[in-house]
Amino acid sequence: MEVALRPGVAPNDPRSVARAMAPPSRFGDKAFEWLTMAMALAVVLLVILTGWQLWRGSSLAIQKFGFHFLATSTWDPVAEQFGALPFIYGTLVSSLIALLIAVPLSIATAVYLTELAPLWLRQPLVSLIEMLAAIPSVILGLWGIFVMVPWLRDYPFPLLKRLFGWTPFFCGPIYGTSMLAGGIIIAIMILPIITSVSREILRSVPDLQREAAYALGATRWEVTRIAVLSYARKGLFGAVILGLGRALGETMAVTMVIGNTPQIAASLFKPGYTLASVIANEFTEATTDIYLEALFEIGLVLFGVTILVNLIAQLLLKTMTTTSATRAVQ
Amino acid sequence: MTMLSGQADNHPWRNIKNALASTATFVSALLVIAPLALVFFHLLVNGASSVNWAFFTHLPKPVGEAGGGMVNAIVGSLELLALASIIGIPIGVLGGVYLAEYGTARVNWMLRFVADVLNGVPSITWGVVVYGLVVLRFKGFSAYAGGLALGLIMIPLILRTTEEVILLVPNGYREAALALGVARWKTIVHIVMKTASKGIITGILLALARIGGETAPLLFTAFGNHFWNHSLSQPIAALPLQIFTYAISPYDDWHRQAWAGALVLVTGIFCVNVIVRILTRQRTASVV
Repeated sequence: MEVALRPGVAPNDPRSVARAMAPPSRFGDKAFEWLTMAMALAVVLLVILTGWQLWRGSSLAIQKFGFHFLATSTWDPVAEQFGALPFIYGTLVSSLIALLIAVPLSIATAVYLTELAPLWLRQPLVSLIEMLAAIPSVILGLWGIFVMVPWLRDYPFPLLKRLFGWTPFFCGPIYGTSMLAGGIIIAIMILPIITSVSREILRSVPDLQREAAYALGATRWEVTRIAVLSYARKGLFGAVILGLGRALGETMAVTMVIGNTPQIAASLFKPGYTLASVIANEFTEATTDIYLEALFEIGLVLFGVTILVNLIAQLLLKTMTTTSATRAVQ
Repeated sequence: MTMLSGQADNHPWRNIKNALASTATFVSALLVIAPLALVFFHLLVNGASSVNWAFFTHLPKPVGEAGGGMVNAIVGSLELLALASIIGIPIGVLGGVYLAEYGTARVNWMLRFVADVLNGVPSITWGVVVYGLVVLRFKGFSAYAGGLALGLIMIPLILRTTEEVILLVPNGYREAALALGVARWKTIVHIVMKTASKGIITGILLALARIGGETAPLLFTAFGNHFWNHSLSQPIAALPLQIFTYAISPYDDWHRQAWAGALVLVTGIFCVNVIVRILTRQRTASVV
């Protein structure tokens, strides 16, 4: 999992040297620089192109439904009534469940990997977590349908119902495919990224912090809590937001276990639907123009939200790593 | 680091808390890797029996007939990866070169930022965009559309890894070449990129492993195909797509094939990851 966390590159920055020593400009040099610049600018172009394409693809729907699209909950392609609220609700609730499960587990794992685990165990565990990250979504979904959902239906769900059935969240019939199953599968998908980014953050905490706490006689856990965790709070928050971004856009595995029913229900045992899953399921079935446009608009909403969430996450992570790097130098 | 914790013996409660925290975080780590073990176990149990010679040599059988294979999907996936590489590798690598060798600090910060944000965009978005750009315009699903969608996902991934490894090349190499009067672009191509080539290839392989399992962007670009694809402007099968179609179908035969396909796909992806690990180990060894 490549994540942008790098302390300052100043000591070995090729730019300064090359610029100072560059021979008089020649055609080849200029051409190569322009070529590489064009390629680098492709990422910016890609963002603009995507936003424009999604906007253009949904312009009719935007005109016709306006803000009602986001606030109404009727999704009836036959009557050409399109409201995205059940999908927005499903995306938010499933992502929230995923974060509730994944955040404590991944941050605890990151703490274990950087602070508490015996040294010989760290690298093997990191490799295993990288392997989990490499499993494609569709394969996790396959496992979800045939292994996880039946198991959840037979054991944990009835137990939850017995214990918490009096709350609105765990009542009603148990089908197996459900909002809760969707949230759990998303949690599994985002565990590796939150863990590895948190680990990078914790590793970037200067050892001086730890040594100071040890010098005061703190135990290993006290060092972690006082000197490391509180110092890394902002970066860890960035890792969580990054995980949220992934959770919101997770598609295949969720589509396979969430039940795909556009409804807003309090019970987590009921099936739900997410923004990404409705695109995945209905895009090729969209027979009318307005239906397709509505799906494009859902894509636009998803794109806008994930861009925003990732923007916040990157800002948090970048400021965290630069401040820690400069402090380490001082 | 442990020497000081001994001094806390006069506070038993603090030591108990320390032990509790160690145990709790250890259990968390086990819970995080548990899904990996479970998925592997079930892939082997359910998939191994259906992975046979026919799986790699035969086309899918119609519903109701047992057996058959996914050779068209395996070949289709490779074709899509090749098409994606044509788009993703040159743009990603050269863009990474720009970030490492040319751009000013501020421009680089922005480009890096945009690339990182792009990496977080859900892959299904690229499917929708390519549908609008290619499928609607040329009136049909095609291998080209699928390859383009996957190629777009590769760009920011490769851009970032290429930049990272090029920055690792010691400046002495550049200085030596420039001092001999070698043009800057030749220095970059023949000295810097060559030195960093293993790292660049590692980044490309990781990107290929990542997009090789992507399904969402192919749903309405490559679309899938139960037969051989005879032209790249026609719909094409892909292994992850086939797994998805079979997994959500109601037929037991197809479910078995889906497990087999999943086992093959995961094995392929892990092989690439192992190769990457071997490459990076050599690279770090040679630098030291």
